[in-house]
Amino acid sequence: MRDFTIQLLQMTLVLALAPLLTGLVRKVKARFQRRLGPPLIQPYRDLRRLIGKDVVMAEQASWLFRVAPYAIFGCIWVAAALVPTFATGLMFSWSGDLIVIAGLLGTARFIQALAGMDIGTSFGGIGASREVMIASLAEPAMIMIIFSVALIAGSTQLSVVADHMLTAHVGLRVSLALALVALLIVALAENARIPADNPATHLELTMVHEAMVLEYSGRHLAMIELGAAVKLLLYMSMIACIFFPLGLAGGLSGARVSVAALLLGAATYAVKLVIGGALLGTFEMSIAKMRVFRLPNFVGGALMLSLLGVLLLFVSRGM
Amino acid sequence: MRGLAFDIAHMLAGFLVLASFLMLYQARLFALLHVLALHALVLALSVAWQAHIQGAPHLYITAAIALGFKAMLIPWALRRIVFQLGVHREIEAVGGIGLTMLAGMGLVALSLEVMLPVTAQADPVAREDIALALSVVLIGLLMMVTRRNAVSQVVGFLSLENGIILAATGARGMPLVVEISVAFSVLIAFIVIGIFLFRIRERFDSVDVGALDQFRGGRQ
Amino acid sequence: MIDLVAAAIAGFCVLAVAGGLLGRAAAGHFLVYGGCLLLCLGTLGAGLAAMMAPPTTLLLPLGIPWIGVHLRLDALSGFFLFLVGLGSAGASLFAIGYAAHDEQPQRVLPFYPLFLAGMHLVLLADDAFAFQFAWELMSLASWALVLAQHRDPANAQAGFVYLVMAVFSGLAMLLSFALMAGGQGSFAFDAMRASHPAPILAAVAFGLALVGAGSKAGLVPLHVWLPLAHPAAPSHVSALMSGVMTKVALYGFIRVVFDLLGGVPWWAATIVLVLGGVTAVVGVLQAMLERDLKRLLAYSTVENIGIVFVGLGLAMAFRANGFVAGAALAFTAALFHALNHTLFKSLLFFGAGAVLTVTGTRDIDQLGGLIKRMPVTSAAVLAGCLAISALPPMNGFASEWLTFQAVLLRPELPQWGLKLAIPADGALLALAAALAAACFVRMFGIAFLGRPRSIEAAIAHEVDRWSLGAMVGFGTLALLAGLFPGVVIDLLRPVSKAVLGASMPVQMGDPWMTTIPVEASRSSYNAALLALFVALSGGLAAVMVKRLGSRGLRRAPAWDCGFPDPSPMTQYTGGSFAQPVQRVYEGLGYQVREHVDMPPPGATRAARFSTTRSDLVWDWVYRPLGDWVGRIAGALNVLQFLTIRRYLGFVFVALIVLLLALALWQ
Repeated sequence: MRDFTIQLLQMTLVLALAPLLTGLVRKVKARFQRRLGPPLIQPYRDLRRLIGKDVVMAEQASWLFRVAPYAIFGCIWVAAALVPTFATGLMFSWSGDLIVIAGLLGTARFIQALAGMDIGTSFGGIGASREVMIASLAEPAMIMIIFSVALIAGSTQLSVVADHMLTAHVGLRVSLALALVALLIVALAENARIPADNPATHLELTMVHEAMVLEYSGRHLAMIELGAAVKLLLYMSMIACIFFPLGLAGGLSGARVSVAALLLGAATYAVKLVIGGALLGTFEMSIAKMRVFRLPNFVGGALMLSLLGVLLLFVSRGM
Repeated sequence: MRGLAFDIAHMLAGFLVLASFLMLYQARLFALLHVLALHALVLALSVAWQAHIQGAPHLYITAAIALGFKAMLIPWALRRIVFQLGVHREIEAVGGIGLTMLAGMGLVALSLEVMLPVTAQADPVAREDIALALSVVLIGLLMMVTRRNAVSQVVGFLSLENGIILAATGARGMPLVVEISVAFSVLIAFIVIGIFLFRIRERFDSVDVGALDQFRGGRQ
Repeated sequence: MIDLVAAAIAGFCVLAVAGGLLGRAAAGHFLVYGGCLLLCLGTLGAGLAAMMAPPTTLLLPLGIPWIGVHLRLDALSGFFLFLVGLGSAGASLFAIGYAAHDEQPQRVLPFYPLFLAGMHLVLLADDAFAFQFAWELMSLASWALVLAQHRDPANAQAGFVYLVMAVFSGLAMLLSFALMAGGQGSFAFDAMRASHPAPILAAVAFGLALVGAGSKAGLVPLHVWLPLAHPAAPSHVSALMSGVMTKVALYGFIRVVFDLLGGVPWWAATIVLVLGGVTAVVGVLQAMLERDLKRLLAYSTVENIGIVFVGLGLAMAFRANGFVAGAALAFTAALFHALNHTLFKSLLFFGAGAVLTVTGTRDIDQLGGLIKRMPVTSAAVLAGCLAISALPPMNGFASEWLTFQAVLLRPELPQWGLKLAIPADGALLALAAALAAACFVRMFGIAFLGRPRSIEAAIAHEVDRWSLGAMVGFGTLALLAGLFPGVVIDLLRPVSKAVLGASMPVQMGDPWMTTIPVEASRSSYNAALLALFVALSGGLAAVMVKRLGSRGLRRAPAWDCGFPDPSPMTQYTGGSFAQPVQRVYEGLGYQVREHVDMPPPGATRAARFSTTRSDLVWDWVYRPLGDWVGRIAGALNVLQFLTIRRYLGFVFVALIVLLLALALWQ
């Protein structure tokens, strides 16, 4: 029962915190631009407003267009529920490993790209086409990152990985460093953050994610925005849990986790999120958006680095 | 503690390889020069760390040379040259960047495969360091081969030389004289190449070494 | 059990005769395809039973005197019998409806059952003669089917290329068997299993089997016939060739390499791994750029064959190092993927056939908006697209997931070739999976979504019930195999036990039916639970949002950033969708030239943009080879105009040389 509560808590936490993180990043960026910026809770207000509005749907939209927002949201939410945030050894963590998380995000992206093409406008096509181009590099990079981590921890199970990183003498590894750099690049590309895409643009030929969801409105748009926010949180939790597992509560052994440990885990998680959000905002302010055909080099670089990490591990276990 | 010392040494060597890859990835001259400075900085850190764990104070001098000459002076000088010459700032790579990086990966794998069995009896710190150093050297060569721009060829050469120093510091008991002579030889090479750059620029109005091939009258 | 299958093969032959006689009759196709469907259901069941049962043999007094035809049904052939029966049953069911539109049924009906007979017989054959006979029967019958619409010059050329490659493949298999049979000329498989040829002979036999079976399966660089021949045939035959015949080729490879040769050294595994990885990526990239629906699917078959070969290569690598548990995992993953590919590729070819029937075109740039005109077909094809893109919860993901687990299983193999090939293959597999997703977003998005790009697409309608039944059935199976991968893995246990002497742990013992390939702390995957979670959370979100917020929905013209966009021609086409990917990966097996024809300012004609794509394998390997053969043939042309005395002289000299060789040999 207790396990179940923790799992449920984690799922609602992910959902509840995600817009806040988006708000934080926006706030940091605004402060850098010497603006006051919208309040931290603005994303919640946006969502509420969107949910309350009627949907205006294109005449030629099919059933896929209507189902897609919920399917995308469901996939991302379940994937996020598999990532430990403040405690490891979640009740259902065994139902999927890191590769499955990558797969669920892949399903979400597949449906999103299809939904972008459903109306049959050129913007939807642009977005979908560029999205799959970026994904065709980012997804294998992600798998290679997973390989590096799994080879070190001896498991693709995220909870086990986190425990291994916490307890065992992992030390500093070259391959892990490569994987971290690669994961940061992949996270930027997958979340449509600045060098890859600009989350704040409309009507610009370089946009990717926004072009795909251009036709959405009302509650459908709300689901997609919420999904995107959860995805950002997911990546941040994943980076925190693999590379900075400090303070994570619990262990796999099935021993009961004390409430104090859980609270500590929650506190450190909050600190990690704030730091991560601030860093992301700072990074986005310090770099310019890339040309679309420069992106393959950027994301392909991540693929190369992560593959290099895996090669090092295959050749020498000490790396 | 010993484990951590190993790890940091490996880590720094790994960062050097990473910096080499960053060089392969760069498509702009100034960014490339920044990465060169970073490369030398990582080298200096790595050498300093070796000095610390080996208890060899003379290596600190090597580190200082790397920091002073290579991380600051040479990039600054190259930057000036690029400004003065008004060189075209985009680098053309033979074969795309992706392919070059792929080739770089192959080189890393190759050097690991070659060095690890050979040095099986060696000191475990030195072992993997030497393998990584060899890959830095090979990537430097690769860079010289695949870049058309003379400035980036100089950068490739300097990174190659960094790899040699990394390998040298990993092996214990390398006398300081050798290092200083290596450092000076690089300096001389740098001056020679600098003059060479000005010469091609004077004659051909470009630092694309392809211009030299035309001058040679070979097939083109 | 085996006599039932033999009887079914005889039944196919009878149906072939019936097809020849009744070809033009209205009920002919009903009889032939219905009969094939029933027989295939029988062989499917027999295969399933044979996987659990000990091997059975049968000696038929046919064929070469004193030798006869040896037949044997063991777990391995049982699994492939199940697979072939399943795929053929689906194709026959589809064909009952689909073939009603066939203009020249007499060109298809006699050969279709023969094709099935050939494929079934390959699986049963237990001596080299029977195997070779069945292999050639399969090739020739499918060649005849490729030429069913022979008036199209493209089809005629496809038929020619296919015939050349089929003959080449048969020759390679023949030589491989000859080497394994050794000096005594014992062509029964039992004798081959027992004998241990010298390492160099075994190596050559392995190479020949790889070339022979690989060219039939579509391994790069022997894949060139596949995108020509598979689309040329009628769609149900395309489904068979892509979904089933390639699996028979895999069976041939597995039979020779895993069974008859009984283990190969590590370098052989490295070759298979490298070829498999390259095949996967090259195949899917070509598929991504293709605008012909069926050719796209054929290229994607090349990709999936690559994935299966990677699994087999891993199994060979682990086996060569004595790590049979790992070999069992990789082998199971490979067979699982072969089964999955049969399911979703057949389904997608059925979908392509349905689209072809109602719109008359295979060009995706002429389609669009079919999801509203053909809802059931579209839904089934969407399921197939999700599956082939290796996305959870479909079956394609389950088998790729297993393959990834096998890659991660044992990094400390001693041989350097494997150390580099295995991680590189992991990356290539991941790249192929991501590109497959891109490719099928494009296929489904262009052909089925958006607005119709032609009149034919705008007035399309749903196809007949038989075809729909086949598509929905296979779509459901693909989903079920994805939701409960444990069932399939357990089904494959006896096969891997029989071939490798080890098998994966039992999966269905777990109360939650979680798939655990090695141990729970290493990796686990519960597709059904995750699918349930996704459905629940998506559904919950929908209910909550509608309850708390607005339920209103208005239809309006598309927003499209405020651009008035009246013409469907402004939509992205297949070419424009593929362009980013095409530019990024240019050089990996293909080259594209872009031509821009821009009218001068003031001119009123339209600007034109076109691309031409060339297959580098074709340009670098086959064209020079073809030229070379052509030149030699030209030089030998003189031989056509000799006197009879000189011909006799040639025969005589040849005879003497052979005798001399024999004398020297002894």
